This record gives sequence, C-alpha cells and structure tokens, in this order.
Amino acid sequence: METKSGLFYSQDHEWVKVEGNKAYIGITDYAQHALGEIVYVELPTVGDELNAGDVFGVIESVKAASDSYIPVSGKVLEVNEALSDSPQLVNEDPYGSWIVVVEITDKADLDDLMNEQEYQEFCEKEA
Amino acid sequence: MKNYNRLIFELSKEGRKAYSLPPCDIPEVSVDDMIPASFVRDNEPELPEVSEVDVVRHFTNLSNKNYGVDTGFYPLGSCTMKYNPKINEDMAALGGFANIHPIQPQATVQGALELMYELDGMLSEISGMDRVSLQPAAGAHGELTGLMIIKAYHENRGDKKRNKIIVPDSAHGTNPASAAVAGFEIVEIESDEHGAVDLDKLKAVLNDDIAGLMLTNPSTLGLFETNIKQIADLVHEAGGLLYYDGANTNAIMGIARPGDMGFDVIHLNLHKTFSTPHGGGGPGSGPVGVKSELVKFLPVPVIEKKGDAYILDYDRPESIGKVKSFYGNFGVAVKAYAYILSMGGEGLKDVSRKAVLNANYMMSKLKKYYELPMEQVCKHEFVLSGLLENDNDITTLDVAKRLLDYGYHPPTIYFPLIVSNAIMIEPTETESPETLDSFIDIMIKIAEEAKENPDILKTAPHDTPVRRIDEAKAARSLILKWDGISKHKE
Amino acid sequence: MHRYLPHTEDDERLMLESIGAKSTDDLFTDIPSELRLGRKLDLDNSLSEIELSDRMKALSGKNKGSDELICFLGAGAYDHYIPSVVKHLVMRSEFYTAYTPYQPEISQGTLQAIFEYQTMICSLTGMDVTNASMYDGATACVEAAMMAVENARRSSIIVSRTVHPEVRAVLKSYMRFRDVEVIEADMADGITDVEKLKSLVEAGTAGVIVQNPNFFGIIEDLTEIEKMVHSNKALLIDYVDPISLGILKSPGESGVDIVAGEGQSLGNSLSFGGPYLGFLATTSKLMRKMPGRIVGQSEDVDGKRAFVLTLQAREQHIRRYKATSNICSNQGLNALTAAIYMTTMGKQGLKEVAEQSTKKAHYAMKQLTGSGKYKLMFNKPFFKEFAVIGETASCKVNDELLKHNILGGFELDKEYPELKNSLLICVTEKRTKAQIDKLSQVMEVV
Repeated sequence: METKSGLFYSQDHEWVKVEGNKAYIGITDYAQHALGEIVYVELPTVGDELNAGDVFGVIESVKAASDSYIPVSGKVLEVNEALSDSPQLVNEDPYGSWIVVVEITDKADLDDLMNEQEYQEFCEKEA
Repeated sequence: MKNYNRLIFELSKEGRKAYSLPPCDIPEVSVDDMIPASFVRDNEPELPEVSEVDVVRHFTNLSNKNYGVDTGFYPLGSCTMKYNPKINEDMAALGGFANIHPIQPQATVQGALELMYELDGMLSEISGMDRVSLQPAAGAHGELTGLMIIKAYHENRGDKKRNKIIVPDSAHGTNPASAAVAGFEIVEIESDEHGAVDLDKLKAVLNDDIAGLMLTNPSTLGLFETNIKQIADLVHEAGGLLYYDGANTNAIMGIARPGDMGFDVIHLNLHKTFSTPHGGGGPGSGPVGVKSELVKFLPVPVIEKKGDAYILDYDRPESIGKVKSFYGNFGVAVKAYAYILSMGGEGLKDVSRKAVLNANYMMSKLKKYYELPMEQVCKHEFVLSGLLENDNDITTLDVAKRLLDYGYHPPTIYFPLIVSNAIMIEPTETESPETLDSFIDIMIKIAEEAKENPDILKTAPHDTPVRRIDEAKAARSLILKWDGISKHKE
Repeated sequence: MHRYLPHTEDDERLMLESIGAKSTDDLFTDIPSELRLGRKLDLDNSLSEIELSDRMKALSGKNKGSDELICFLGAGAYDHYIPSVVKHLVMRSEFYTAYTPYQPEISQGTLQAIFEYQTMICSLTGMDVTNASMYDGATACVEAAMMAVENARRSSIIVSRTVHPEVRAVLKSYMRFRDVEVIEADMADGITDVEKLKSLVEAGTAGVIVQNPNFFGIIEDLTEIEKMVHSNKALLIDYVDPISLGILKSPGESGVDIVAGEGQSLGNSLSFGGPYLGFLATTSKLMRKMPGRIVGQSEDVDGKRAFVLTLQAREQHIRRYKATSNICSNQGLNALTAAIYMTTMGKQGLKEVAEQSTKKAHYAMKQLTGSGKYKLMFNKPFFKEFAVIGETASCKVNDELLKHNILGGFELDKEYPELKNSLLICVTEKRTKAQIDKLSQVMEVV
C-alpha cells in the first residue's frame, strides 16, 4: 500500500492536499485497491456547499459502490471531469487523481485528520 | 455450435421476412387519411429483416449457449433450482388459461377465479396464514407489498411514528431495498456467531418507532432460527410486526409454518418453492399472505366466493390499492397450482425432507475439503467459506468458474455477505444421490487442483462458449445496444 | 415414490448413514417441537399426470378464451397475432429453466437475447437506453415516476386522466408510501386538457405522465406539453403501446425523457393479465437513474465478443437500501418473447400489424356509426381503439354481444362514471371484415 507524505488522511480513506485555502481531495491507494476496478465516479456540482462528513460522490467498481464523504467543509471549486471518461485513473494513480477541489471553510477540520504515519497504522489495524 | 457468434442484426437483409398476415380484407384506405402526418414517424424502427429459418436457427443457437435445470445440476443457493415439471407448462398453455382477457366478464372466467381462490387456500394452509394475494409479480415485489401492508396497519391504528424496519445483516439485498421503497428507514442488526438473530442486539433497537422485523427462516445460511418464538414475542411486545421472506420455504413445508412461528406477513416465491421455471430471470410470482387482522389491507381485488360464483372484490376501502395491473402473474400461478396438486400434502412434506437430506449429505462430504463455518445440522442449503487448504490464493470465484469446465452451474457465491468467500449450496429435492456424488467428486477434484495446478483454476473456465469476461470494460464503455458496427472476432 | 423425487428407500438409508443420522427426522430436531405442525397438511393427495390434466382441463373449460370468443376488448391487453415460432423458441428449456444470467460464461443465450431486445426497444422508442424489462407496464411507469422524483429532487407527479386507470391506480399506491403527491390532470374531449395541465405544473413538479395513444385510443399531440414540462425543468414521461410505434412518431422524436409501456402485445398471450413485461427506456443523461438489469457488450479474455450484466452498482444486491429501486428480477422470458416477436415480425411486419389494426379499427368505427345509433365519442385521430356512445347501457350491449360469442369493448363508465352508455372498442389485425360486420350487426339491434 502506497501513501504519500504531506497529505492529510481520513478514516474513510480519503486524502486531502492543502494549497492555501484550497483542498484537493481524492481516495487513497488502500481505498482504490479495496474497491477493485473502478468503472464510474459520480462527481458533485461546482458551487455545492458541503459540510465535513457529507457525501460528495459515489465511486463504483464492478461489484461495489462506495459513497465518498468529504473530510473538510467547503465549497466545491472544481471537479475532475477527466474521471467521467477515464475512471480507471483513480486505480492507476490515486494520489494524482483528485476528485474535487474545495475552498476550505474552517482549517480546524484538518485537526481531525491523520498524517501519513498515523494513517499507515490505521490501515494496518483495519486489515 | 457453441462458437455461434452472430447478432440477429448481422443476419438482416433488406426485403426478407419471417411472418405472414392475411391481406387486409376491408375496403382499401390509406393510413395518411386517418392519421395526420405530424403524428407519423419519420424514421422506421430498425428491426431485423430475416427469414423464418433465420429466426429459428438464431434463437436455437443462442439457447445452446445457455445452461438450465434441464441441462444439469444447478445448486444455486437461495434460488431453489428444482426440476420444472413439463406438464405444468402444458397446463398453463391450455386455451382456457392462456387466451383469456383480464377484463372480460367474470362469468366467462369462473375457472380462472376458482383456481386463484383455491391456490390462495392451499398457500394459506402451507404457510399458516389466513389469506393470500397472488398479485405481486416477484419476491421483491411481495416484500414491498407486505411492507406497505405493515405501514398501512400502523397508520390505520393512528400510530404514525413507526418508520423503521429491522433487517439482519445476513438478509437478501432486496429486504433493505424494499423497506426503503416502502418509505421506511432501515435498522441493520448484526447476526450472532451462528448467523442467527442476536437477541440482545434485537432488544437494543426495539422501540416505539419500529414498524417491524424482516426475517428469512431458515436463515440465508440455511439454519433454522431456533429462537424464532422469542424473537416474535419481543417484536410483538414492542408493537411491531414480523415479516417472513419466503425464499427458504422449501425446507419446511408440512413440517413448520411461518404463521405458527409468529409471522404476521409473508411472501412465497412460486418460482422457487413451487417449481415454476425461473425463465432466465423471470417471470416469477411472489404471493403475499397475512394474518386475519391484516386481510383488509391486502391489494385489490380479492377473490371471494359467493354461493357457487367467484367474484373479484374491489370494495375494500382499507386496501393498500393495486401494486400491479390486473391480478398478478396468473400464468405462473397455474403452474404452481398444478405442482401442488401433483405433489399432494404429504408429497410437499417429502419435498422438504428430501431437500434437507440432500443438503446435509453434501455438507457432510464437502466439509472435509472446504471450510464449514457453522458446524450444525442444516436445512435445505448450507454455506461454505472457501477452500480448507488454500496456499495458492484461490478465490471462491476461481472455484465457481472451474465448475463450469466440468459442466456444472456453480453455487451462489459471495452471499450471504457475513461469510467470507461464501459458497452457498442448495441441491433441492429433485436430485438423486448419484448426481450429488458426481458433483461432490468434482468439488474434491477442484480442491486437489487448487493445490497442484492452481493456474487452471485462476484461468477457468476454458471450455465454455466464452471465457472470463471483462466486466470493467462493459461498465466503462457501456455498449448497451447494437451500434451497427461489427468488430468482433469470429 | 413420487415421479419428481428420485430417492429410493435404499438411497435414503445410505445417505443417512453417511451423514451419521438415524432418520430424516433427526435432521429437523433444530425446530422446536411446539413449532412443528404435528398434523398432515390439509391438502389433497398427490395426483397422477392423467388425473391432473383432467382436473386442469375441467377448470380451463369453465373459461371462454379468445379462441372461442371474437375479441373486441383491449384497454391495455391485446389480442394480436402471435407467430408459431415464438412459442417454440421460447419453450427451449435452456432458456426457460435457466436462472438470472449471473454466470455469463454459460448464459450467453439469455444475455445476447436481452441485448437484442434492448436494441429493438431503443429503436422502436427512439430512446438511448433501456433495461432488460420490468414486471409490467404499470410498474414500469411507477419506476419512471420515481426516476423523475429522484432526478429533480421534487415530490409531485402529475398524471393525465387519459392514462390507463390501472396504471394510475398502481402509481397511487406506490407513491402514497413514498410521500410523493400524485395529481391527476383533467381531460377535455378525450385528450389531456393542456390548459388545465399548465395550471397544475409548478416548481414542485418532478414529472408529467401522458399516454400515447391514450386510454381512449386517441393520439395526443405532445408538442405543447413537451415545451411546457421542460421549461419547468420537469421530466416528460410517455406511456406507449409498442405496436403503435410501427407507424406513430417515436417518443424520442417528441422529446420525451422516459418511456414506459406494456409489452404484452409483443408476442405474449393474454393469460388473464400476466405474466407480461413492462419496458422502460430513457436518455443517456438519465441512464444511471434507471432501475433494473441491463446487459452490456464486452469481450472475454480471448477478445471474443461477449455479453454481461452491467451497471450493477445501481442494484439492490450491491446498493441494498440505497438502490434506485428494490426490483431484482426482470420478466426474462417475456422479454425473450418480445425479442423473438419483434425479430419475426421485423421492420415490415410491425408496420403492417400497426397499419392493419388502424385501418380495421377505422372501418369498424364507420360501420358502427353508419346508421347513427352509435356516435363516435371523441372526434380525434385514433389508432386501434375508439369510444362509441349509444342509447343503451354498455353492459347490456356487451351481454347481447356475448350471446353471439363476441367479447365486446371496455365499459367506460366503470372507470369514468361520467361516460355512460359508452364502449371502448379495440380492433387488431386479427379481426376480419366478417367479424367486424357481425359486431356492428349485433350492436345495431340491441
């Protein structure tokens, strides 16, 4: 399982990369592996206001469907349209394939997330 | 002909036809004079143009690429793939059944109404309920109808806060889905280590907002819920009702009845327990049975007998209404009726006894090679959890696909969800010990192959009309109809 | 020994020995004794095949089918011609004794037939995508309404009163439990009252359901309705007769969002109301909101074309309570029947069935209204059904017709109390000039 330094991680296996007020959000290598071959990513609408814990999309593989929960509150600035045509990008490069970009409402939300090492330990426990 | 690989559209040639109609014998008129041009379609539908021989060969070749109960052993757990008697097909095709219009005068369909009335009585007797409606078209449709009845019951009592249905985590996927469609919230409870209802966990969620509990008995693990009476009492004391998912009724006919266990609403699957064919995915039939205090909520119409006549009773103000056009899948009901008459009361009991005997026999033989998570007497089916010895990372899917090479339909796999690598085997009563032994031998052989030649499993099947299919490609490219371009390999 | 149960006494004994049980009763000790039935089921004894057949024929003989009666009854179930090959092919037991095609390698027959069915339904309706079929037309229409509700996240559905009464009844029972309001839009002179419909459509309207040809057989003009529905960001749902699409404009051409319909007339026998099949078709945009099984094309590991169930992540066995619908089965064998029917009739045949039905219906209308005893109730373009009104109670007319072995039309006052003394007459391609003339002669003297 691959992780990346400098990212925040949620217990629902999402990663968050913070750039100023913006947060790029995707799913981790662990998550894409658990789901298997991803065939569809349902994206939110730009402008949606989401609270931490809200469902922001659905990721479907052949045999499973998984809701994605937004780890930080914010307004959706951008969605990764490339995933509509090529959902397999999430399998191929989970940390390069962000799903949404949000404008973070409250950076304190980040305090509830894990760092790389904590996340690795979390995954070991889950397995 | 297993290599046949043509779509009917690829056989089409302009001008060919496979039908004949008599010449139109009324004075010649033009459609243009009757229907304004703005209502007439511009482009003709792209239906095939083929000869009658083309139609017959095409669909016969397609049928050869299928596997049915008539082809061989079909131990698909939870689906009760028993033999589908031929005489039942003949009976349903009788002109007096197949060619009657649903709204012709009731005096001209007395035989059909009598059959439905009698079938209601037979199913009530078998299940221990007071009345049965034949209207629902399938098991999931029966569930939905039953849940609507439960909701109507609570609302009718003025108890409007009961908006939750309890569903065990071992349940069929349709259970929570049906409850959601009926407008309920779902409370899922974890099963105990035997896959049974955990009484403490049940008590913890019972409340005055619970409308009912949905349960399969025997459970989806093929095990009888021995605490069913306590479960029923607990749910009833809390003001809820008990719903019985009849998928596993083949284990208990003539032996125990859901009505006597405390269930208030049930559905039965005529296409499982009562031998009507599955048809490659339907039509099914999912009659719903209820206890007397719920009869008034059944869908309209209800068939009643008045003197010597049978009538369709629509005057039922507290009914949930209609859940389907007309009266249900009548043609399926005819076959189930014929089956019950063929078996008789004692015969049905023997069905369940032999179904349970077959399952226990297979379980006792296979548990030496495959993991049996719950070691106890099973009912009509049992669940294994992958290979006992598995050093080569063989999956349950690999085992299933290898069975195809040996000419068997695999068991249900990866269900119930609470057993990892589940292999759910339901032999049914119509299989002889010789058939079971042959299948057992192959399962043992596969377990050997898993040790000695794992690749042959991982790349299985080898000997089928097509081999493993790229499901991800199907879901990504989404070719859901013929695009007119044939790029396939012959 | 019963003919369906292969176990000899010896078999049973040896199997029990192998299990380590003394008797089959030992296998039921997990059922508490107070729950055991403890008596025989109160059902008749087993019947032999001859006895069964006699008993069934006696029951069937109490019904009068369309092979004995000349059928002018339609109203949602139709006596169209079924070519002989249809039944022969559907009764291939590899088709009808198979389960749902969850093991695609040995289910290519079922899967490809559904793929072909999907292609033909899309072509007929002019829509992008369809599923492998629903229980019947009414439940397909309910699912269409739910798609609209989910899509718009609004909670009201408007349905025209010219939509089949059974469809409206089923819609109402489903929606009552989902807290979706169903509003009926009134009719004017046999068609949807567009002005009244306009006044009903508002911000909470998720979808509008119309039927075409409508319950009275009349072809509705969707032009204005389509504009109005879409300008309100609601969806237009069209309930159609598939046979009519042999000649009538397809819903796709009319800008419809979801098409639902009853597929019985595509080769399925009347069977007292079922089993039939519902079809449901929509646009690519709404594809993922559509419930039910769908077959897609793919390849196997050798690159060979192969078919498989796809888009399964929408379905109950994966999504459980979050599924788009609780539907699990389709009407597989009925969809196969429809596919074989559409193939056999083909491009020319379906058109000819539609044309002959139209022509014969119009001939019947002229014969019935010729003397002035009956009047055409609504003077509008119609397909294969039309309503006539006379001086006599419709049930009386039908009683008289039955004496002449004619199954008369639907008595409209049963569902529309204001339409007294009126019958909805249906004429399919199967009716002959002589049969139509007989109908009009008998009705003339009632």
